[in-house]
Amino acid sequence: MLAVRVIQEQGILVEGVNFFTGFCVEGHTHAIRKKDQQKQKRNNALWVAEQLGIKLHIEDISEEYKDIVLNPKHGYGAHLNPCLDCKVFMVGKANAMLNKARQMADEKGFDFIITGEVIGQRPKSQRKQTMPLIARESGADDRLVRPLCAKILPPTLPEREGWLDREKLYDFNGRNRKPQIALAQQFGLLDFAQPAGGCCFLTDESYSRKLADLWQAQGRKDYELDDIMLLKVGRHIRPAPHYKLIVSREEGENNFMSGYKKQFHSVRLISHGGPLTLVDGNPSDEELLYAARIAARFSQGRDAESVQVEIQSKGGVGRVLNVTPVSADDIAPSWYI
Amino acid sequence: MADHNLDTRGLLCPMPVIKTQNAIRKLQAGDVLTVTATDPGVLHDIPAWCRINGHKVLEQKQENREIEIRIEVCES
Repeated sequence: MLAVRVIQEQGILVEGVNFFTGFCVEGHTHAIRKKDQQKQKRNNALWVAEQLGIKLHIEDISEEYKDIVLNPKHGYGAHLNPCLDCKVFMVGKANAMLNKARQMADEKGFDFIITGEVIGQRPKSQRKQTMPLIARESGADDRLVRPLCAKILPPTLPEREGWLDREKLYDFNGRNRKPQIALAQQFGLLDFAQPAGGCCFLTDESYSRKLADLWQAQGRKDYELDDIMLLKVGRHIRPAPHYKLIVSREEGENNFMSGYKKQFHSVRLISHGGPLTLVDGNPSDEELLYAARIAARFSQGRDAESVQVEIQSKGGVGRVLNVTPVSADDIAPSWYI
Repeated sequence: MADHNLDTRGLLCPMPVIKTQNAIRKLQAGDVLTVTATDPGVLHDIPAWCRINGHKVLEQKQENREIEIRIEVCES
């Protein structure tokens, strides 16, 4: 937001690009959880674009992005976050859009790309050594400008050509965001996205653990969009390598998970209030029954002798039966992913 | 000028917005696109996207969990 404002200050027209990877924290997550549904809904990218008066292109790159997550050339960060590869990929996509627009005479051309990167702000992807690497590997080369730290980087093409006044760019450096916040206030930007808040689930330890567990259970590194959506919801409990339970934690998750009942085995509580549970994998009949007893443990009938459940197999064939909830001690702590 | 429909039921934001954007890219000024959705996030996001990109929301209504938004495609 701030980088765009700095460039707009020089009278340059800017348009935004926002990439949907499938791992974005906002949007989906807020829509799923009921407690989040009470909050004011706001897609940050759209909101920022509106505040700045710029057009915004939202691009679905979730399919192509798989290769970045599965085979990051530069490796992962603290968790399964391939931040450096991600930046190279996204700047590369923006560069491809820029080149395409320049080639088409009937479309308006764009001359360079800007990002809000600041040297030293992120340990993996925003270091002095990675800045030229991102420019080079993305193909954007010296058409990539970082307005917030441009003065401590070599001049780029737009600066050399005089399209941009280098003196009006900045020299921010390091993790301290006070200078950026002060500049934002100078521009009258008083409300902005949480600066240090992660916007990607891959930087989340718990989420990354579930993704690693998925790969281990499948015996290969791969995923579908539905897989990574379901890792965002519920308690994940794996009693055995070949099956796991996803136990909804609240009504919003129940509603969301209901859409997956035909793709998974499921357990629904009938006699007592309780969560919807999906069972992923290939459990035997006996194991499915045990999964129902675990699901019953999370219901209002957890202390009852018997609770009535409907076990539905993949494809929708259901059977109603009574089961005894397992005790809390029966669920080994190591089963929680 | 023609009427078009886009079904995004079951999808969560930002997918309905992305599909709306991609559909509108193929339409002509004056066309009307009716988007159906189930994610309440669209009530905020699609009008915001339209304001940013210069299109006009003609009507939005919600019945139970189903939402319908009618958009007039404008020159932009």
